[in-house]
Amino acid sequence: MSKQEFLARLKIALAGLPKDEVDERLNFYSEMIDDRMEEGFSEEQAVAGVGPMGNIVTQAVSEVPISKLVKERITPKRSLSGGEVALIILGFPLWFPLLVAFCAIIFSLYVTLFSLVIAFWGVEVGLWGAAIGGVATAAIYGFQGFAMPGVAMLGIGLFAFGAAIIGISICIAASKGIFKLGGKLGVGVKRLFIRKESTK
Amino acid sequence: MDIQLKRGLLDVCVLAAIKNSDSYGYKIIKDLKPYVELSESTLYTILKRLESARMLTVRSAEHEGRLRKYYHITQAGIGRIEDFKNEWKEVVTIYHFVIKEERRYE
Repeated sequence: MSKQEFLARLKIALAGLPKDEVDERLNFYSEMIDDRMEEGFSEEQAVAGVGPMGNIVTQAVSEVPISKLVKERITPKRSLSGGEVALIILGFPLWFPLLVAFCAIIFSLYVTLFSLVIAFWGVEVGLWGAAIGGVATAAIYGFQGFAMPGVAMLGIGLFAFGAAIIGISICIAASKGIFKLGGKLGVGVKRLFIRKESTK
Repeated sequence: MDIQLKRGLLDVCVLAAIKNSDSYGYKIIKDLKPYVELSESTLYTILKRLESARMLTVRSAEHEGRLRKYYHITQAGIGRIEDFKNEWKEVVTIYHFVIKEERRYE
């Protein structure tokens, strides 16, 4: 791919970002390619050297706050005509509930992810409770002379104790995974604003 | 490596690369290459972050008929490197303790 082609493609891929942000990134990559070519690399090699475009776009999108992306998306590129303004006002009962629904869906996805984390840790706390409760009950049974129920309770307590220990690492891994998923969801939502713009 | 830790380390690496003389993007990547692999998009992010934290300043100068951006470290940037050196002494002390404790049970 030639430098011009690369920059043109990158410009399209970043189209939903604020203009000054896009220009600055294009200048940066242009300079990087020029410096590589000056070093003796061919144009193709220099372009390949700056990294896959997908990574560049993902990183750029994840760094720009969503408020900026939305603002860039909804700010008209030219002044609106009277008819368009009237349409927006008249269309308010239609687009406003749709906008609220969209936000609510995103919000509920995050709530779901967060409740999963809480559920995992809830089970973990429950297991610790069962472990301590089981051993304590076994001790009480022991003092009262009920040998068999005591042994049974001790077994349950120890089992819960073992499960709780294993559970800690499962909970930590699950929480990390879920938080990562939350981050990806954020980038995905931001990409919605970019993709629509760049397919024009 | 932990992301927060790596981010802090890379910031200091970039500051160190411009400490003795002003430098430009590709040279920073080249200078750091023997020590740490840095992609262009990561460098861009770090430079922006350091610029908004006023740890470096940017100027454009002509080079071979085109403009190239040069990065200059500020007093705050130098201070960050000094802080890092002091913090790192603590990390090394902790590291030695961890290794010593591990060996005791081997």
